[in-house]
Amino acid sequence: MSNSESSIASASDLGVFATIKRGISVTPEIVTGIWVTLLLAIVASAGKITVPMAVQRALDSIASSGADGVEVRDIAAVSLLALGALVIAGLCTAALNVRLFRSTEAGLAHLREKAFSHIHQLTVLTQNTERKGALVSRVTSDVDTVSLFVQWGGIMLVTSLLQLIAASIVMFFYSWQLALLVWATFIPFVIALQPAQKGVNRAFTQVRSRMGAMLGAVSEAVVGASTIAAYGIGDRTQSKIDAAAIAHRDSAITAAKKVAVSFSGGAFAANLVLVIVVIAGAYLGVAGEISLGSLVAFLFLVQLFTGPVQLATEILNEMQNAVAGWRRVLAILETPIDVTSPAESAHAVASGPAHLIVENIDFAYPAGPKVLDNVSLNIAPGQRVAIVGETGSGKTTLAKLITRFSDPRAGRILLDGLDLRDHSEEDLRRRILLVPQEGFLFADTIFNNVAYPLRAHGMQSHMELEERVRGALHALELERWLATFPAGWDTYVGQRGDKLSAGERQLIALARAYVCEADLLVMDEVTSAVDPATEVAIARALDVLMTNKSTVTIAHRLSTAQNSDVVVVMDAGVVVEVGNHSELLAAEGRYSQMYAAWIAQTHNA
Amino acid sequence: MARTPREPEQSVPPKQSTQPSPLSPTESANGPQPASERHTQDGRTLETSYELPGGNLRKSLTIIGRTIRKEPRVYTAAILISSTFGLFTVAVGRVIGWITDTKLIPILSGEQSGHSIWLGGAVLLAVIIGLVLSIAFRRISASYGVFNMQAHHRQELSKKFTTLEPKWHGKSSAGKLLAHVSSDAEAATAVFNPLPFMLGSVVMLVVSFVMLLAVDVWLAFAAMLIVPVMIAANLMFQKYMTPAIERAQRLRGEVSEVAHESFEGATLVKSLGTRNQEERRFSEKTQELRAANVRVGIVRAMFDPLIEALPNVGSLLVMVVGVWRLSQGAVGPGDIVTAAYLLSLFAVPVRTFGWVLADMPRSVVGWNRVATVVDTQPQIVPGSLHVARSSSVPLSVSFEHVGYTITDDSADVTLLGDVSFVAPAGKTTVLMGRTGAGKTIAVSMIARLWDPTSGTVRVGTHDVRELSRTSLSEAVSFVSQGSFVFEDSIRENVTLGHDYSDDEVWEALEVAQLATFTRRQTQQLDTPLGEGGSNLSGGQRQRLAIARAIVRRPAVLVLDDATSALDPQVEQAILSGISKVGETTVVMVAYRSASAQRADQIVFLDEGRIVGSGTHIELLESLEQYRELVNAYDNNDVELEVDADE
Repeated sequence: MSNSESSIASASDLGVFATIKRGISVTPEIVTGIWVTLLLAIVASAGKITVPMAVQRALDSIASSGADGVEVRDIAAVSLLALGALVIAGLCTAALNVRLFRSTEAGLAHLREKAFSHIHQLTVLTQNTERKGALVSRVTSDVDTVSLFVQWGGIMLVTSLLQLIAASIVMFFYSWQLALLVWATFIPFVIALQPAQKGVNRAFTQVRSRMGAMLGAVSEAVVGASTIAAYGIGDRTQSKIDAAAIAHRDSAITAAKKVAVSFSGGAFAANLVLVIVVIAGAYLGVAGEISLGSLVAFLFLVQLFTGPVQLATEILNEMQNAVAGWRRVLAILETPIDVTSPAESAHAVASGPAHLIVENIDFAYPAGPKVLDNVSLNIAPGQRVAIVGETGSGKTTLAKLITRFSDPRAGRILLDGLDLRDHSEEDLRRRILLVPQEGFLFADTIFNNVAYPLRAHGMQSHMELEERVRGALHALELERWLATFPAGWDTYVGQRGDKLSAGERQLIALARAYVCEADLLVMDEVTSAVDPATEVAIARALDVLMTNKSTVTIAHRLSTAQNSDVVVVMDAGVVVEVGNHSELLAAEGRYSQMYAAWIAQTHNA
Repeated sequence: MARTPREPEQSVPPKQSTQPSPLSPTESANGPQPASERHTQDGRTLETSYELPGGNLRKSLTIIGRTIRKEPRVYTAAILISSTFGLFTVAVGRVIGWITDTKLIPILSGEQSGHSIWLGGAVLLAVIIGLVLSIAFRRISASYGVFNMQAHHRQELSKKFTTLEPKWHGKSSAGKLLAHVSSDAEAATAVFNPLPFMLGSVVMLVVSFVMLLAVDVWLAFAAMLIVPVMIAANLMFQKYMTPAIERAQRLRGEVSEVAHESFEGATLVKSLGTRNQEERRFSEKTQELRAANVRVGIVRAMFDPLIEALPNVGSLLVMVVGVWRLSQGAVGPGDIVTAAYLLSLFAVPVRTFGWVLADMPRSVVGWNRVATVVDTQPQIVPGSLHVARSSSVPLSVSFEHVGYTITDDSADVTLLGDVSFVAPAGKTTVLMGRTGAGKTIAVSMIARLWDPTSGTVRVGTHDVRELSRTSLSEAVSFVSQGSFVFEDSIRENVTLGHDYSDDEVWEALEVAQLATFTRRQTQQLDTPLGEGGSNLSGGQRQRLAIARAIVRRPAVLVLDDATSALDPQVEQAILSGISKVGETTVVMVAYRSASAQRADQIVFLDEGRIVGSGTHIELLESLEQYRELVNAYDNNDVELEVDADE
C-alpha cells in the first residue's frame, strides 16, 4: 500500500563529502581506474616540483661559487634533465586529465539518465510539485556544474595536495623548526575553513535553486507564448523572467563574495607564513640553528608550499558549487516513488477483454477529505461502462485509480482476478490504456506519433510498423482524412502537435491508442465541440476503438451514457446508482433527474 | 530505431481544407533572418547585431570590448584593483629582498640585534594585508562583472521570448530556449572571471620586463620568449577547441529539448508504458553530449600542461642563458638570482593570459548562440499609435480586402482571399464554415497574431498595424480554443497583473460562469492553479480564459471556438452576461446553430472566401452550404457537458 504523495525536495541535505560519496555510489563509473589516475598525478606533481627545485639548487651553487665554479655545460645538463622531468610531468598530466574526463563524463551521463528515468517513474502528482523547466534543469544545468568543475580543475586539487606534501618534505630537510611553524600557521585557517565552506555551500545551493526557478519561469513564457502575445502581457512576463534572472545573479554574487572571503583567508595565511618565517628565521639564525643560505632557500620553498594551498582553497570553493548542483540531482533520486510495480506479475496475466472489479476503495488527496468512499464496481469483459456525475463527484479520480496513477488508500482493484499492484508495469500498461481529453503529440510526423508505442515496445522493422499504422488508420476510417495532407503521414505536426486542430490531434491520439491493442480502455471523454466532420470521424473512430475491449468512459454527454451497457452515477465520492439507461430512468432517481434537465436544456437552446 | 523530433526535409505546404492552427501554420518561411537583411519597418538597416563579427581574434576582442562597455565601472574597478594586486605582489618580493639585505644578513652575521627583524616583519605584514585585500576585491569585482553580464544576456533573451511572434515560437522548442538561457549565457561570460586579473597583471608584466631589461637584454628576451610561444600554442588551441565547444553547447540544447518534451508528455509516457523508449531517446542525446564533453576535455588536456609548463621552461631558459652570460662576464651571479625571481613574477600574468585564452572559445560560442535568438527581428512589430479609449465603448471591426497567402517553393497557397466584411460595433458577428475555411486565421488578425499579406484589418477606424501594443490589447481581447493557464492564483490568471479590483474580478468570473466554482475553493481568488492548469477541467479552463478576456471590458471580444467545451446554456449565459456589463463587439468562430441563431450577423466562409452573410434565417433560406453545415451539426446529436456546477 502506498502512503502519502511525495514531493520533490529542492536539494538533498547531505554534507559535502557525504554528497560526493553518495554521488560516487550512484554512478561508480566516475572513479573507474582512479588508482592509475592518482599514480599519474603523483608522477606529475613530482615532475612539477622538480624544476623549481633544480633551478633553486643551481642558483644556489651559482651564488655561492661565483662565475668560476659553474660550467655552462653542467647547468645545461641539469636544465635538460629538468626539462625532461617537465615533459614527463606534462604527459602524465595530459593522460590523467583525459582519464579523468572520460570517467567523469561517463558517470555524469549515467547520472542524467538515472534522474530522467526516476522522474518518469514518479507519480503524476509528485511530478507536478515541480515546474517542467525546473525539472529540466536537474538533468541539464545542475549536472553541467559538476562537469564544468571537473573540466576546469578537478584534478588540480589532487596535484596541489601532492605538491604540498612534496614541498613539506623538502622543507623539513632544510629546517624542521621552520617547517613546523609553517604548518602551525595554517592550522587556525584550516579550522576556520569548515564553517566557511558550509556557508559557501549554502550560498551555492541557493544559486542552483534560483536557476531552477528562472528556468521554470522561462518555460512557462515559452509554452504560453500565444496567450502572452494576444493579451499584450509580454512586458509583464519579461519582468517576471528578468526578476528571476536578477535573483539568480544576486545569489551568485553573494556566493562569490563568500568565496572571495574564504579564498582571501587562505591567501592571508599563505603569506603570513612568510612573515613568520622571516622573524623566526632571524632568531634561529642568531641561535645558529640555520645558515643564511638555507634560510633564503627556505623562503623560496615556502612559496612552493603556499601556491598550492591557495589553489586548493580555490578549488574547494568551486567544488561547493559543483556539489550544490550534484545535490539537486541526488534529491531527485531520493524522492520516493509512490506507485511501484513488481518486476514480474504475480502470475501469468490474461489477454482479451478485461474483467475489472473495483472492491471497496477509498481515496483522499494528501491532507484532503475523502474523494472516494467505499466505491465498488464490476465491469464484465467487453462491457461499455459510462461514469457520470458532477465535477467533484470523484469520477476523474476513479479513472486515475483504475489506470493506477495512484493507489487506493483502502480496498483493491482486480484485473481478471489479479490486483493491479501485483501486475508488472509492462503487463499493466499492455492491458490498460488511458485516453485523456487532450492527446499529447510529440514534435514529429503523424506516422511517428502513431507508431510511437510500437517502437517503444521493440518493433523495429519499418514494414511491420507501416502495416500496423496503416491498419489502425484503416480500421478507424481515417485514410480519407489523412489523404487531405499533401505529405500524408509524413506531415510534421509541430510542437505539441500545434499545427493541427484539437480535433485532429485527438484523431491521431486515437490511432495511437488503437495500435496499443489494450484490453481495458479508460477514457476521459472529449468534450470539445469540434466541427461536424471531425466530430463524426472521432465518433466513428471511437466506436471501432472500443470494439472487443472493456471500456470505462468518464462521460460528459448523456448520449454516451445512453449508448453504454452500464451507467454508474457518482456523487460526492460515492456511487449512487448503477444500471443501464432505461433501468435508471425507470428508477426515477438521480439519473432521471439529470436526464430531464438535459432534455430541458436542448429544447431551450 | 529511435525517434528524434525533427522537421521533414521539405517544407510542408498546408492542406487546402485544413484550418491551420493560429499558433504556427505550415509555412515555408525559415528561421531567423540573416544578419545582413535586418531592417526596421521603415527600411533603415539596424546597427551592430548581437552576433560577433569576423574571425576568432576579432570575435574575442569584440566580446571583451562589448562587455567592458556594458559594465564600465565594474571593469575599471576590477582592472585597477588587479593592477594594485600586481604592485603588491611585486612589493612582497621587493620587501623580502630588502629584509634579506638590510636585516637578515646583518643579523645573522652579528652586526645587528635580532630584534630589528620585527620592523621588517611589520612592513612585510602591512604589504601582505594590502595584497590580501586587493585579492578579495579583485575577485568580488570580477564576479560582479561576470554575473551582471550573465543577467544582461538573459534579459536580452527574455525580451525576445516575449516579443517574438507566436510563429517563431512554433519553430523553436522550449528545451532549446531553456538551454540558451542557462548554459549559453553562462558560457558567454566564462572568460570574464580571469579577465580583470589578466588585464591588471599587465602591470606586473611591464614592471618585471623593464627590470629584466635593466639587468641584461639577453636575459630579458630569454624570458619574453615564452609569450609568443604561448600565443602560438593558443591559436592552435582555439582552432581545435572552438568546433568542439560548439558541438558541446549545441548538444546541451538538444538534451534540454528532449528532456523538456519528454516531461511535458510525462502522463502520456506513463499511460502508454513507454518509459523505456523515452530513456533510450534521452540516452542517445546524453551519450552524444558525453562524447562532445570528452572531446573538449581532451583538447584542454593537451594544451593545459603546455601552458602551465611555459613559466617553468622559461626559468630553465633564463638559467641557461644566465650562466652563459655569466661565463661571458656580462652579468654577476646575483643578477641571475634576480632574473629568476623576476621571471617568477612574470609567470603570473602569463598564466592568467593562458586562462583567458583557454576560456575564450567557450565564451565566443556561447555568445553567438545567444545572438541567434537576440538578433531575430520580430516580423510582427507593433505600431506606435496610442489611442485612448473609454471602456464600455464598443468598436467595429472591418476587414477590407484581406488576404493571406503563403509563398512556398512549389506553389502559392491562399488561405484567405479578398475577405471584406464589417462587424458592427456592439453587435455579435459569427464566422462559420468548415474546417480549413480560414476562420481562425481571420479572427487572429484582429488581435494581430497574424498580419494579412494584403488588405487591412481595422478596429474602429484604425489599422491594427498602426496601433501600439497597449492600445490594441486594451481594445481587443482574444480567447483561443486552447486556453493557457499560468501557474498562479485564480486572481492573477484573470487580472494578468493589471490593476483590477477584486470586485471586478468577481464580476468577470460571474459572467464567465466560474464564480460558484471559485467560491467553493477554500482560498477563493487566491487558489493556486498548477502549471498549465493541471487541476482544472477543460471547461473550467475555458471559462477562466473568458473571465480573463472579460475583466478588461474590451471594445472587441474575439472568441475562437472558445466555448467549445461548454454546453449551450452556459455559453448563452456567458454571452448575455457580457452584453449586460457593457457593450462589446463580439466576433466569434462557432459551430453550433444555437450560437448562430443568436448572432446579429453570420459570415460564412468557404476555402478562404466569403460565400454568404446575413442572419441565421436569411442564410438558411439562401445558402445551401450553410443549411448543410447546420443540419449536419444538429444531426450529430452533439450535446455537452453534464457538469452542473455552473
